[in-house]
Amino acid sequence: MLTREEIIQPQNLVAEKPALMNNVDMHYCPGCSHGVVHKLVAEVIAEMGLEEKTIGISPVGCAVFAYRYIDIDWQEAAHGRAPALATACKRLWPDRLVFTYQGDGDLACIGTAETIHALNRGENITIIFINNAIYGMTGGQMAPTTLLGMKTATCPYGRDPRLHGYPLKITEIAAQLEGTAYVTRQSVHSVAAIRKCKKAIRHAFENSMQGKGSNLVEVVSTCNSGWKMNPVKANEWMEEHMFDYYHVGDLKDTEVIR
Amino acid sequence: MAQEREVLLMKGNEAIAHAAIRCGCDGYFGYPITPQSEVLETLAELKPWETTGMVVVQAESEVASINMLYGGGGTGKRVMTSSSSPGVALMQEGIAYMAGAEVPGLIVNVQRGGPGLGTIQPSQSDYYQATRGGGNGDYHVIVLAPNSVQEMADFVDLGFELAFRYRNPAMILSDGVIGQMMEKVVLPPQKPRRTDEEIYAECPWASNGHGLKTRGPQVITSLELDPAVMEQRNLHLQAKYKQVEENEVRFESTGCEDAEYAIVAFGSASRIAQKAIETLRNNGTKVGLFRPITLWPFPKKAIHDLAQRVKGILVVEINAGMMVYDVENAAEHCVPIRQFGRLGGIVPDPDEIVEAMEQLKQVCCK
Repeated sequence: MLTREEIIQPQNLVAEKPALMNNVDMHYCPGCSHGVVHKLVAEVIAEMGLEEKTIGISPVGCAVFAYRYIDIDWQEAAHGRAPALATACKRLWPDRLVFTYQGDGDLACIGTAETIHALNRGENITIIFINNAIYGMTGGQMAPTTLLGMKTATCPYGRDPRLHGYPLKITEIAAQLEGTAYVTRQSVHSVAAIRKCKKAIRHAFENSMQGKGSNLVEVVSTCNSGWKMNPVKANEWMEEHMFDYYHVGDLKDTEVIR
Repeated sequence: MAQEREVLLMKGNEAIAHAAIRCGCDGYFGYPITPQSEVLETLAELKPWETTGMVVVQAESEVASINMLYGGGGTGKRVMTSSSSPGVALMQEGIAYMAGAEVPGLIVNVQRGGPGLGTIQPSQSDYYQATRGGGNGDYHVIVLAPNSVQEMADFVDLGFELAFRYRNPAMILSDGVIGQMMEKVVLPPQKPRRTDEEIYAECPWASNGHGLKTRGPQVITSLELDPAVMEQRNLHLQAKYKQVEENEVRFESTGCEDAEYAIVAFGSASRIAQKAIETLRNNGTKVGLFRPITLWPFPKKAIHDLAQRVKGILVVEINAGMMVYDVENAAEHCVPIRQFGRLGGIVPDPDEIVEAMEQLKQVCCK
């Protein structure tokens, strides 16, 4: 039987906290996808060696405090406006990695114009889009991406298209825009999915640095608190219902098409 | 140097664009709206991205352009936007964020008549919005009011200087008269844009990635959930505003030394008032012109002193009466004060101002 001291040796290290993740308590609910995506972003920035060349734009929503968790320079945008801030940062500092981190309400509702136009202008930025089909921070109201029939605080009898319209596939719209270089939909509910998602973020960041155009990485996510499920059940529900409407995979990669 | 002293004839809006390039502006972000579209048009024509490296972006809305300003200013760059009243109304959210996060930037408002879509004709009815902080929260924007094409050009650099000195948004509050009229102007000399190294040295607070490992992360934000901390942040802002009020009041006083009456007017209204004062003086009434150049900070003390020396004050502004309350407050109601203005895009006639002064004189003689 190995002792604890014998096990904790550098050669046995299989995973560690990313250097850019701060030693602070996160406000995210246990089981939330945000923590995993934060970790991937922190890892990719460090692996690319861009710590001193990165500007992150945080949203209004659950990720409003992203700047507390990842140890880089940040700007905290008004609700929905992150792509406008990112546009200016990247135009004024073309050698920087500029990315936004936004939720569905921020990106696909109040900030639809900023999102579509930044992507359509081909700004050399990356938008990381957490789609959990609900307004998490304000307590579980209907989002533009809420599925039909899904119950939230503002559609307690289920989303009804006659009352609320249809869940918005904004990533499909983004893929149609000439300005986008890479548009993908990922998830982080399994180890395999996390690895794929990390590759997608890396690809998007590389595109941004190489001036290839706009990049959108949607991450279909869970909000177990808002969905009123435990984390395991939320992952199952996501696989069963969300993936059916929000198909995971690359929607556009100009590298591949060419 | 000879070329830099060249006297040119151009519109106020064009002067803004030329001055922006010459004073080392890093980025302009704007959206077309009458009567100020010449600013963006002139910049597009001049292509400064090929000369000074200045970025020019036509945004998808005024909401986006002010948030581009917030983002660009937060990295330490000299950034500006321009718009007219309905567009500036849309920008108020972003201006409040900039004030809250202490992000410098320059906003030009070439005012038109309102409310709502209003008219495309000149007005000064955004005075409250500009001087009170038109968005949410306790804040102020530094407001400069040019009354000539020359001042349109001169106030761009001054606006940037003040914005960076106090880490606060600054505004040039112009109107459709000054924006559209052509006058002689001497443009400021060409200054180079600041280098990255100069920005790092001048703006250690800026969020641009540089020096992260030695200084730790810079975060531009107006958010703080702990009310005790938020109150401290507000008190810090208020202390800063007090400094601005102490140091940055600007005004012009013409013929007030021997004056029995004074007209207080800013921007284009002050130009019309000048003409009225000529007539009044020719008719034997000694009238002086007091022109606030900074509308916030407001020249309270100078107006207080003026009010001790004259029999009455006429406030002329192209609105239904806004600055008049600041004048009354400064004068502490020690002399009769009346306001004259026209609304909805109508610019006052000098004769109307003469008539308004005659009425004030009757009040004062009673």
